[in-house]
Amino acid sequence: MNNNNTDVLIIGAGAIGMAVAYELSRYELSVTVVDRLNDVGGDASRSNSAIIHTGFDAPPSTLESSLVVHANPMFDRLCRELDIPFRRTGAVLVAVTEEEEEEIPEILDKAHENGVFDLYYLPARKVREMEPLITPKVRCGLYIPRESIIDPFLLVIAMAEIAVKNGVEFYRECEVKNIVYNGRSFTTETTKGKVKSKIVINAAGLNTDKISNFLGIDDFKVTPRRGQFHVIDRSAELPIRHIILPVPTKISKGKLITPTIHGNWLIGPTAEDLSDKSLSNTTRNGLDEIISDVKKLIPAIDKNYVITQYAGLRPVREPGGYHIRTFKNIPGFIELSGIRSTGITSSPAVAVFTCRKLKEMGIPLKHREAVCTVSTPLPIRKGIVMFRELNNLERAELIERDPLYGRIVCRCETVTESEVVQSIKRNPGAHDLDGIKRRVRAGLGRCQGGFCGMHIPKILARELNIPLNRVTKKGGGSFFLNGETKRFE
Amino acid sequence: MRKIECELAIAGGGPAGMASAIGAADMGLSDIIVIERDDHLGGILNQCIHNGFGLHFFNEDLTGPEYAERFISEIKRRFIKYLLRTMVIELKDDKCLIAVSPNGLVEIKPRALVLAMGCRERTRGATRIPGYRPAGVMTAGTAQRYINIEGYLPGKEIIILGSGDIGMIMARRLHLEGCVVKGVVEIGNFAGGLTRNYVQCIEDYDIPLYLGHTITNILGEERVEAVEITPINADGIPDSSKKFIETCDTLLLSVGLIPENELSRQANILLDPITGGPLLDQYFQTSLSGVFAAGNVAQVFDLVDHVSDSGKKAGENAALYLRGEIPPWGKETASVIPGEGVRCVMPQKLTENCQGKLNFYLRASTHRRMVLLDFSASDNRIIYSEKINIVRPPEMINIAIENVDITPSGKYYFTIKEEYL
Ligand SMILES: Cc1cc2nc3c(=O)[nH]c(=O)nc-3n(C[C@H](O)[C@H](O)[C@H](O)COP(=O)(O)OP(=O)(O)OC[C@H]3O[C@@H](n4cnc5c(N)ncnc54)[C@H](O)[C@@H]3O)c2cc1C
Ligand SMILES: Cc1cc2nc3c(=O)[nH]c(=O)nc-3n(C[C@H](O)[C@H](O)[C@H](O)COP(=O)(O)OP(=O)(O)OC[C@H]3O[C@@H](n4cnc5c(N)ncnc54)[C@H](O)[C@@H]3O)c2cc1C
Repeated sequence: MNNNNTDVLIIGAGAIGMAVAYELSRYELSVTVVDRLNDVGGDASRSNSAIIHTGFDAPPSTLESSLVVHANPMFDRLCRELDIPFRRTGAVLVAVTEEEEEEIPEILDKAHENGVFDLYYLPARKVREMEPLITPKVRCGLYIPRESIIDPFLLVIAMAEIAVKNGVEFYRECEVKNIVYNGRSFTTETTKGKVKSKIVINAAGLNTDKISNFLGIDDFKVTPRRGQFHVIDRSAELPIRHIILPVPTKISKGKLITPTIHGNWLIGPTAEDLSDKSLSNTTRNGLDEIISDVKKLIPAIDKNYVITQYAGLRPVREPGGYHIRTFKNIPGFIELSGIRSTGITSSPAVAVFTCRKLKEMGIPLKHREAVCTVSTPLPIRKGIVMFRELNNLERAELIERDPLYGRIVCRCETVTESEVVQSIKRNPGAHDLDGIKRRVRAGLGRCQGGFCGMHIPKILARELNIPLNRVTKKGGGSFFLNGETKRFE
Repeated sequence: MRKIECELAIAGGGPAGMASAIGAADMGLSDIIVIERDDHLGGILNQCIHNGFGLHFFNEDLTGPEYAERFISEIKRRFIKYLLRTMVIELKDDKCLIAVSPNGLVEIKPRALVLAMGCRERTRGATRIPGYRPAGVMTAGTAQRYINIEGYLPGKEIIILGSGDIGMIMARRLHLEGCVVKGVVEIGNFAGGLTRNYVQCIEDYDIPLYLGHTITNILGEERVEAVEITPINADGIPDSSKKFIETCDTLLLSVGLIPENELSRQANILLDPITGGPLLDQYFQTSLSGVFAAGNVAQVFDLVDHVSDSGKKAGENAALYLRGEIPPWGKETASVIPGEGVRCVMPQKLTENCQGKLNFYLRASTHRRMVLLDFSASDNRIIYSEKINIVRPPEMINIAIENVDITPSGKYYFTIKEEYL
């Protein structure tokens, strides 16, 4: 680490940590973010349903309800600011059984208690008119127009890019091993050395318990609740335009179908309570259960169009609920824990709320001049220009300026070499194959890297100036090629 | 945007595309353009440095690159134009192509077109194997390219899922490179590829072959550490009471090839759900008149020699089409349907009366010995019949039938039935 003294140290570069870093980067403070992974983007923050919720079903009168409900309207501007895609698709909640139908008035009541008033009752006929694939058994539904979709990778990456431009330092593959508080400041021991700071913000998701524990806080535990998904290829051409929600159960929102911002569909997630935090794998039972449950809402779902699967771990806190806490005996430490199932949505509100906590601690928050902030004209960031989104005239012009736009390296998503190179060169840039995939979608299409697997590792090696067999999928020991170079006799 | 007009465009410069260009040129056509996205002509052959190519076409045993080189020099000798590093990204239903290269975008407007884009490999997503998502899972073809072209090995301890030809060839290649090939896992009860590949690549090197098994889990968070192998019971379902773990650092997938027909779909060309390629008539013509298809884009072939054959004919027919000597895709075409014991057949359509020889490419649906292959009309009239000693799904059956009288809109069937004794 080149700077081992900072005002604020943020542990965790997921949606929560990065939203806080983005918010703090507007003020005259030095901020450092560390994450044990090889990229920004987090753990849970990269494997979720990618929905910006309205909070209609949040537990009423809680911190979660208030933050989620107020965060939703922030996204129109935030996404314009960051130049990332965001779509207000709306959701249709579907009651299929008699019991589910009986729950509808309660769901409406709860939404109103949460201050979400714009949701509407739909008779069965109307549900089917809006979404013809929904089972004919449907009894009624609700329309929730502000439920929306986003690309959660891009959200975090875009916030990180601006934060870094504004002076925030980011260290990857930097795991926090211990924190020592001497009564005035914190010394955080990481795998890349020690950092001294006045403030430590714990945004470590599943590991928030472990991090707080370093400072003697042991009044809560975090365990993983796994959620598995299937991704359905856009070639399935499903005429599904809204997020399709089931009636939520006691422990989760249930299995849904949602269009993605890139034109595919997600189905899932499961809700499996586990004890081992490393179990981010998918299982046969989980994957089968998704198909059979989702078929109850949409019988036409066909697993032949599935192109891949993934799983994410919700950080379940015990005792539950959002906790944004400070501690009298450890002034300067802020814990952001229990952000379980709605953290993508709540992140911009959590960030502002966290700044308030800093103010309450007596930390002066002075706005900075001459940095990328909201006061500059929108957007404050320009996303990587995507070849596939242009018309042919624009494409021709682009290639003239940058011939690398004329080399297609991912055929399914039509991604060019230029986009890949830019994703590596931006700051924080991609250092591995997954990083490229998340930034420009190369390898996320129906062939899942079958074609670009030939090109992208070579580009990465060239741009990072490393040998091909040091290229990783996701940092650490995840080498793409494990063999030594061939011996030429 | 640059605009080019030409008589014949060929999308793809692999063996099918090159043979098409040569076939058309030898019919006297001169205004031909081959469009290839790679840095070289040759397609998949460039990475197949093993031998076994050309036994039928040249009566010689060549390596892939040698086989390709013969065609490349024929292309050059005829001064056929080709564009490299140029990828077709759009095909409209007026046969107009848009292609991209570092030199810019080109619009190519041909009067006839041959599709020769080859095929791609099925990947992990399509196999739906649950587990972690570590590095070290790749298709056999990707691994082949890294070894043979880049000079890197994918790993040290290898398990291969699927005993298709590429999987078996890679098993041998990796074994010879000093890797430990811990097994080839095949869900079926027979090796999926050609018998000669089974003998020369698996048997000869004592590589364990798990028939009737599949992989049911992938372990390892960063890099593959092991896979779970499970036998398939009599009902075709994995029997989890008999599963076992085998350690490895690499899982190669050789689980099938898919004809590359995104462009065909864009142009609304009708596809055959079984072959994955366009429906073709006996001229290799697709449902878009003047657009032909050859090689693996039409149907995954087992031998490159047949690919070259199909390419040559498609090219010749394209030239005949331009002279008006081949009818457009007919409204009243007759259908050729795979019946009992037949998985797929090509061509699937027959236009007007067929003088001379008609060539059919078929695949059987199961392994069988001593069978009778029949070609019959819908009134059960048998038009052609042949006894075959052995049929295996991986090996394509090639049939030539003379002078068939075709009834417009008629239905014709291929069947492979019981034993003859
Ligand atoms: C299946 C599923 C579906 C969901 N759907 C939605 C949805 O549709 N909408 C929505 O708003 N929310 C959804 N969520 C919830 C949302 O994903 C989470 O609330 C949110 O991502 C939490 O963000 P985070 O930054 O707190 O955690 P994370 O993204 O997990 O980030 C924590 C980071 O801390 C790092 N870290 C941990 N320990 C250390 C250490 N010792 N040293 C350094 N770094 C460390 C980790 O590497 C990680 O990067 C879903 C969650 C799941 C699992
Ligand atoms: C690993 C492996 C081992 C094999 N071993 C043998 C063997 O031992 N013996 C044998 O006889 N056969 C073998 N074969 C089969 C033989 O190689 C193939 O049948 C043959 O290469 C298919 O030819 P093709 O022209 O149809 O496709 P390809 O060779 O795949 O060529 C297609 C070409 O089209 C190009 N292309 C695709 N899309 C576009 C586009 N949109 N724009 C521009 N260009 C495009 C591609 O870059 C490629 O060059 C093997 C095949 C493989 C994969």
